[in-house]
Amino acid sequence: MTVTKPDGRQSEVSFHGEQSGTPKRQLVIWCPDWPVVAAATQLGLSLQLPLAVFDRGEVFACSAMARVEGVRRGMRRRDASARCPELTVLERNTASEIRTFEDVLSAIEEISAGVAPVRPGLCALRVPSRFYGGEKEAAAVVAEHLVGAGVWDFRIGIADGIFAAEHAARRAASQDCWIIARGGSAVFLAALPIGVLENAELVTLLRQLGIRSLGDFAALAARDVLTRFGREGALFHRLARGLDNQPVLSRRPPLDMNQQVSFTPALETVEPIVFSTRQTAERLVAELAHHGLVCTEVRIEVVTEGGWTGSRVWAHSRWFAASDLIDRIYWQLQGDPAREPVCELRLLPESVESLADHGEGLWGSALNEHVERGIARLQGMLGPEEVLAPCLQGGRNPRDRQLLSPWGERRPPQRNPQLPWPGTIPPPAPARVFSTPVPTVVLSEDRRPVKVTSRGLMTAAPAFVSIGEEAELMPVDAWAGPWPVDELWWDPAQARQVARFQVTGVDGSAWLLVVENDQWWTEARYD
Amino acid sequence: MHKPTTTLYWDYGGLGQDRAISNACVSVVLTMLECMFDYERVSSQPTPSRIHELQQRVQRMQGSAISRSLESVPGLSGVIQLRTGEAYAVDSPSLAMALAAGPSQAGEWIGIVGAPDLGLEAAAGFGIDLERTVVVPRPGELWLSVTAGLLDVASMVIVKPPVPASAQQAERLKARLRMKDAALVCWGEWPRSEATLTLTESSWHGLGRGHGRLTARSVVVSVRQGGAVRRIQLWLPGLDQQIAELDHVVVPLAMAQAG
Repeated sequence: MTVTKPDGRQSEVSFHGEQSGTPKRQLVIWCPDWPVVAAATQLGLSLQLPLAVFDRGEVFACSAMARVEGVRRGMRRRDASARCPELTVLERNTASEIRTFEDVLSAIEEISAGVAPVRPGLCALRVPSRFYGGEKEAAAVVAEHLVGAGVWDFRIGIADGIFAAEHAARRAASQDCWIIARGGSAVFLAALPIGVLENAELVTLLRQLGIRSLGDFAALAARDVLTRFGREGALFHRLARGLDNQPVLSRRPPLDMNQQVSFTPALETVEPIVFSTRQTAERLVAELAHHGLVCTEVRIEVVTEGGWTGSRVWAHSRWFAASDLIDRIYWQLQGDPAREPVCELRLLPESVESLADHGEGLWGSALNEHVERGIARLQGMLGPEEVLAPCLQGGRNPRDRQLLSPWGERRPPQRNPQLPWPGTIPPPAPARVFSTPVPTVVLSEDRRPVKVTSRGLMTAAPAFVSIGEEAELMPVDAWAGPWPVDELWWDPAQARQVARFQVTGVDGSAWLLVVENDQWWTEARYD
Repeated sequence: MHKPTTTLYWDYGGLGQDRAISNACVSVVLTMLECMFDYERVSSQPTPSRIHELQQRVQRMQGSAISRSLESVPGLSGVIQLRTGEAYAVDSPSLAMALAAGPSQAGEWIGIVGAPDLGLEAAAGFGIDLERTVVVPRPGELWLSVTAGLLDVASMVIVKPPVPASAQQAERLKARLRMKDAALVCWGEWPRSEATLTLTESSWHGLGRGHGRLTARSVVVSVRQGGAVRRIQLWLPGLDQQIAELDHVVVPLAMAQAG
């Protein structure tokens, strides 16, 4: 590993920062253009292509190739495409950036504990210089390990604080490191342009005041900065002076909570499998409880000798106790029996929550134990998707206004019922809401189909109605409408232009009809 | 209320002269002790209804058949008094939901089996608490087992059987109803039900020919219970979306003309 020597720079910048044991020295690993790397990795694109990640219509990051072509951050899509016609446009996906960066973090965690992710593409850790015999050596070990883990483009900076170390890393060449000696941060930062501060408003103001570099900013009296620019300005002033004592909050490595049990010889019948899994289930619950966690969703995987895998996710409205897990294993094996002897069973917690969120109330929980058990038994009988919890949500037709979600899965309403939904039929709500609208025929006095024009006018008053495929014509007693609803007109794929009617027949029945493209449907019955 | 009696034995050893003084002291001490144990002010006499309720609870826990009455919404109290351990047949989903609203508001769980097209917004409108409602819309052939299973959870189950229940099935379920201290409302026919409620007349109000909207419905509920048939006029629901007995004095114009 070669270390780029900052020739002709200040003497403070050197490679002798090996007084180990001081906590402030920070090693920052910076992966340039991380949004591009993450998106390219996900889509399997080569980084040699001109790529650009857009966020809200502006270039957020671009690959080196695109940069050569003249694409810059903050450019609009049209301008970027004009500079580089073969540019591949990618949308920014923050979740994928974080997920991909997880691989880098776990690679570093293999050799050093206490990695603090700063943002996707940038992480910091305390320099493990004493163990590896020096900062340079430590950086070399980290670099070697990262290359081994398949991370190619990264730069390492070592300095007194994260801010200085990050900018040192920006100086370094790919897979290389740049070290700023102890106490040298202020001098190093002084040469940087003022634009590196991440506050556009402050930067513009400072530029207008004639302050071009961090050194100029640092030269101002701290008291004046505080009175003129407030607390945030004072914080940036501290950064510029190299007094970055922002503590590094290292993350806790994610726990591996999966549990599995192997059977040798493989087991065929359900009972011995369930019996042998009991301890594993108890261990899973105990392990989670040790970390103050409970599991609310678990995936149970059954692996047979022949390689067949049965997998299913089970949710619990409270959290899984060991006995609940045993129940679910039993149900899964009964409902979806393995065709061959089972050789392995895995319990993979899909979602875990803090025990504090699920603590019992002082007088016991609102949801009784026996309710949970009773519903769990029904779910075992029918499958978890058949036992449902109802709730109301917003919407314009009666079917949209209700939501049934599998018991135990806290599925939030998609639409807010509190909002006004113009076009809804005021109460009373219909007692029967058909899951699929029933085709209906509506005829006028002279037995001709009634139509509604696009302007919401009717060709004739409805006089007869026939609900269902082969129903008889029923004279209409009273009716009201049309109440037109022009839903989602801005979205051509989902736009609906419908008109609703309420109709009562001579037999006293009342119906909610809807007409769309001259086809009548019955949505609900006031029964 | 029993006052605790305190008995003290003192060996005076013939100290005759101090006896009067000692006696006085003892009586003071006794009074103080009695005052310490006197709870008369904070205790209350258990009322007969409370005793009855506790007896019922004990018997229920022992599994013996004791039926209790379920709450009903104010408008329905004159129609029928639901009791646990019984099955009721209704022919209208609105009526089924109205019957379930009382127990639901009193904190009981409600189960709905086999009725995928039951309007949940209407259920909430009648007063069913959807937080304490379990819905099994498509139980298929297992509807009887599912209903029996739901009785563990819910005190009131609305069921719409895909095929009419046989007398034997009804009898088996009734035994379970008694054991689980729950009531069943069947939307449809139910063999040997405690009562059968049918809507014999139903007319909607508020809708004209091309104007207005549905606002209220007046119905006549026929309750067949133990051989007798009663007819009650109800608002299901009324203008205020509540269930109420029809006021006999003010008959809507349409009905007066019809009558």
